[in-house]
Amino acid sequence: MTDVIKTTVTLNVNGRPIEVKPGELLIEACEQAGDYIPRFCYHPRMEPVGMCRMCLVEVDGPRGATLQPACYIHVTDGMNVTTNSEKVKKAQDGVLEFLLANHPLDCPVCDKGGECPLQDQTLTHGSGETRFIEEKRHFVKPIEIGKLVLLDRERCIQCARCTRFSDEVAGDTEIAFSGRGDLIEVAPSPTKPFDSVFSGNTVQICPVGALTAKPYRFSARPWDLEQVESTCTTCAVGCRVAVQSSGNRLTRILGVDSDPVNHGWLCDKGRFSLDSIDGNEESRDLLSAATRISQPLLRENGVLKEVTWDEALEAAASILRNAAQSSDGVGAVGGASLTNEGAFAWERLVRGVLGSEHLDAQFGDGLDPVVLQALPKATIDEAAAAKTIVTLTGDLREELPVLFLRLRENIVRQNSALIEFGFGPSALRSLARVSLAIRPGEAHLAARALCDGSDAPKGAIFTNEELEEARQHIGDSGEGVVFVVGRANLAEDSSVLEEAIRRFAERYPNATFLVALRRANVMGALDMGLAPRLRPGRGVDVAASGRDTLDQLAALRDGEQKALLVLGGCLIGNVADAPAARAALEKADVIAVTGHGGATLAYASVVLPAAVQHERRGTVTNIEGRVSAVTPKIVAPGSAWPDVAIAAELAELLGQSIGLTSVEQAAKAIEETTGYPALSVMNDELHDGVVVGRADASSLRHALDPMAFPGIRSTEAVGIASYTGSTTTVLAHSSGVTKGASLSDLTSSPEIEVGIADAYSLTLYASRRLYDRGIAMQGSPALQPLIPSSALALHHVDLDRLGVESGTVVKVTGARGSILLPVVLDEHVARGSAGIFVGTLNSSGENPLDVLFDPEHLISQVRLETR
Amino acid sequence: MSHFQPELRQRAEELVALYPRSRSAMLPLLHLAQEQDGYLSEAGIEEVAGLTGTTSADVRGTASFYDMFHLEPVGKYVVGVCTNIACLLAGGEEFLEHASQTLGCAVGATSEDGLFTLEETECLADCDKAPCVQVNHRYVRTTTPESFDTLVGDLRKGVHDADIPSHGTLIRVKRNGGLRASHDEIREQRATSSAARAKRAEGNS
Ligand code: SF4
Ligand code: SF4
Ligand code: FES
Ligand code: FES
Repeated sequence: MTDVIKTTVTLNVNGRPIEVKPGELLIEACEQAGDYIPRFCYHPRMEPVGMCRMCLVEVDGPRGATLQPACYIHVTDGMNVTTNSEKVKKAQDGVLEFLLANHPLDCPVCDKGGECPLQDQTLTHGSGETRFIEEKRHFVKPIEIGKLVLLDRERCIQCARCTRFSDEVAGDTEIAFSGRGDLIEVAPSPTKPFDSVFSGNTVQICPVGALTAKPYRFSARPWDLEQVESTCTTCAVGCRVAVQSSGNRLTRILGVDSDPVNHGWLCDKGRFSLDSIDGNEESRDLLSAATRISQPLLRENGVLKEVTWDEALEAAASILRNAAQSSDGVGAVGGASLTNEGAFAWERLVRGVLGSEHLDAQFGDGLDPVVLQALPKATIDEAAAAKTIVTLTGDLREELPVLFLRLRENIVRQNSALIEFGFGPSALRSLARVSLAIRPGEAHLAARALCDGSDAPKGAIFTNEELEEARQHIGDSGEGVVFVVGRANLAEDSSVLEEAIRRFAERYPNATFLVALRRANVMGALDMGLAPRLRPGRGVDVAASGRDTLDQLAALRDGEQKALLVLGGCLIGNVADAPAARAALEKADVIAVTGHGGATLAYASVVLPAAVQHERRGTVTNIEGRVSAVTPKIVAPGSAWPDVAIAAELAELLGQSIGLTSVEQAAKAIEETTGYPALSVMNDELHDGVVVGRADASSLRHALDPMAFPGIRSTEAVGIASYTGSTTTVLAHSSGVTKGASLSDLTSSPEIEVGIADAYSLTLYASRRLYDRGIAMQGSPALQPLIPSSALALHHVDLDRLGVESGTVVKVTGARGSILLPVVLDEHVARGSAGIFVGTLNSSGENPLDVLFDPEHLISQVRLETR
Repeated sequence: MSHFQPELRQRAEELVALYPRSRSAMLPLLHLAQEQDGYLSEAGIEEVAGLTGTTSADVRGTASFYDMFHLEPVGKYVVGVCTNIACLLAGGEEFLEHASQTLGCAVGATSEDGLFTLEETECLADCDKAPCVQVNHRYVRTTTPESFDTLVGDLRKGVHDADIPSHGTLIRVKRNGGLRASHDEIREQRATSSAARAKRAEGNS
């Protein structure tokens, strides 16, 4: 006899039969049936707790109908539920009366006023009168619980959404309930404030105005704000956001619940960096990221002066014209901060008009683009659901924060096995089933040992047993395994990781890969062909050869290349070897197309102001290849232009045409020539976007109410039905000589020889922090103070061996000299290596990477001296 | 470096090993921390967080639920006066007022010399001796203002050093700690305190 597994259960809600999935929570079932149940503590992305009792409904049982919390009970077959009886209404009224007994009359001065679930639900379900004449409880009004979050304890209704978020979702438990009864409060530890990189989410999900965000506090009233739905392009996760503005100033960014991407969560950098887009009006320093570039600039007598677009474009065109006379005279770098349309336009200009194959969207801080294109890809959902996840990346919480949340959630909930190749700090470490500690220059050896079934390489700091356990989890063919691969260490040549990744891909044919590269639209720029050998639409021309960023810098230094187009982003601020880049730019004619100031502008002959995120229309592609729309909310300052227009005008001046004059045209051209779904995504503005190359790409469009959805729908929003968008099938193809990339295109690299560190040296591990000295952080007054200063992180074994204590300032000597850095203890750093964070400065304003990076070798080695 | 002294640290590790999830050992560990420091110092809380794989916000939050854990330094003697119903009827509130005057500190505060902390408590389960008073969670059975004053004098003189050790020491924890804590030790302690009590009774008569 076979068991029949029931796929639905039927229950009665207010006398109507409804069919839902078994195991569904009653609150969800009723909502699907159109009966919205009021709530405070329930949040669909977190475990229910049944704390607030606002969701009481009547459920029939053996002793008659009783009031039960709908968020805490699961549906059963034949259940009889009443959500609108007198008894239920009385219960709702009663719960509200209790909540309001201790709630201050703050609405007129409360940030939440106007979008507050407590206000809304009181209006809908409350009695309208108060019987409470006693003194309310009082607390000191707002206290700072973290650098970005303020807490007004009087307003808190103890729903535990924030504390559950901190514990369950972010996993760092930096806040918890403290005290009891009416004195209960949300509290961080006095020695460890609430400085999680996810702290802003608690402000968004707090159903009252208890938690407020410092940058937004008192800056606007919700009814004065206008909003659009867009995609965050601060990193490459591509979280869906609601972008709000008041007039032409961005005021707030909120997370939108996109099921395949961000589940409503954002990181604080994505959420609070909006000031960097508005720009600091006072800031005039062109070398500072806080300055918005709003006018074309031309260098005259050594100084950048404001000029008209005509003058600037003419100057740029003449530089390009002259340089293009010698073969290989011009090239372009950057493009990862552009939209797909912008990247496509520049690709046409550089390849089509200038005839150059020298272009690269990565600043030498990524991975071989052909390897990236050739890997079989996994989506974020697939990675999160994988039975085994293998990571060979930097700290994901620091590099791709919301990807970290997604992976963490599934590792915790489904107990999937995490195998970590760990160089240094990692927020996932405590969840890893196996953690193979490796030093810089060892990744390919570790990968080889894993794949060949051989013993751990000589001198390795992981054991054969650990290696074997990892193999067990990965299985024979890698079925159900997702490798998450990124560029962990900037002080190590990318060939080491590329070799490791290639071995994984060859050895485990059924495994898939998620590329953990950080810069906003890097995948989109590569898909648009912004790298040597790549072609728009994910094509590869194996016969072509061009210079990547590092080669271009070398060619500029040697005078082989004359001119360089820098497309968005700060080149100097992002390359590992900034001194070499400076020397190269010194000799070059540089045209910078950018919206922000930065060190690169010191070398620019012409600066063309471009519109940046939230000012431009188009599409972007995230790490999993999901194309989603970006929608402008404000108008770019001054006379900044969209990239498509700048590229088109330059082409005209060079006597040719790229055939594009608008973003729409670019999107259309992308879709028509390559099948890449730019136009359909842009026009449909599908909520979740579309993954390139995936057949079933249905998506959802719904009423945009991020304060309410998910979790608490403000009463007005009830009744707005969800709209399911059309199902689009997309498969990118490429035309002409090009074809899709495959692993067989890759010439296997010669044996990688990494020098062995002597006993006194440590190998350098230069990893990324979310809070670095990039544009988003430096341009935002709220985030800028959070940028840490440099330190040298060591394992305790090395501290003991060298006889230094945590906190001591030591002299660190590398390839280019010495720098003073305080030493900190970090057990995550592999023994024998020393960790620094990219994009930080020491107390005298020096960047450690500038001094310690060794361009001559595959890895960098440093020595320590105590002063 | 462990904040717990070696002996306590060892006991703490034994306690953690008793549970399938180390977080379950949080309350007994907090007793240990309080036993060492007299209250829950930040360093103690961090030690417990480390031992239980949680964070100090979580540990502090949990500890703050319980009145017998002190998050602020307390006096050598924590004096609890019950004002629950039976004691209330027997003059508990007045007794508390009196205690406050004798000790020279408000309810909830610590005397200036750092010797006494005065607390108002709920029922201490000794209602037949109302109004009920405890010092460092030991019944002292002083039901009149006069006997209370005598007790305070004796505490100051150190008369009770043997049977009322400094705040923090909870025999119960010792007994359960590690499940192999010696019953002999407990018996011995009990014997010492009853001997001390008997001796005092003799002296008084
Ligand atoms: S602060 Fe807000 S989210 Fe946190 S418990 Fe209070 S009401 Fe809930
Ligand atoms: S994780 Fe990335 S995409 Fe998401 S909010 Fe943060 S910066 Fe933006
Ligand atoms: S108890 Fe159900 S929503 Fe709070
Ligand atoms: S009421 Fe005071 S001890 Fe019970």
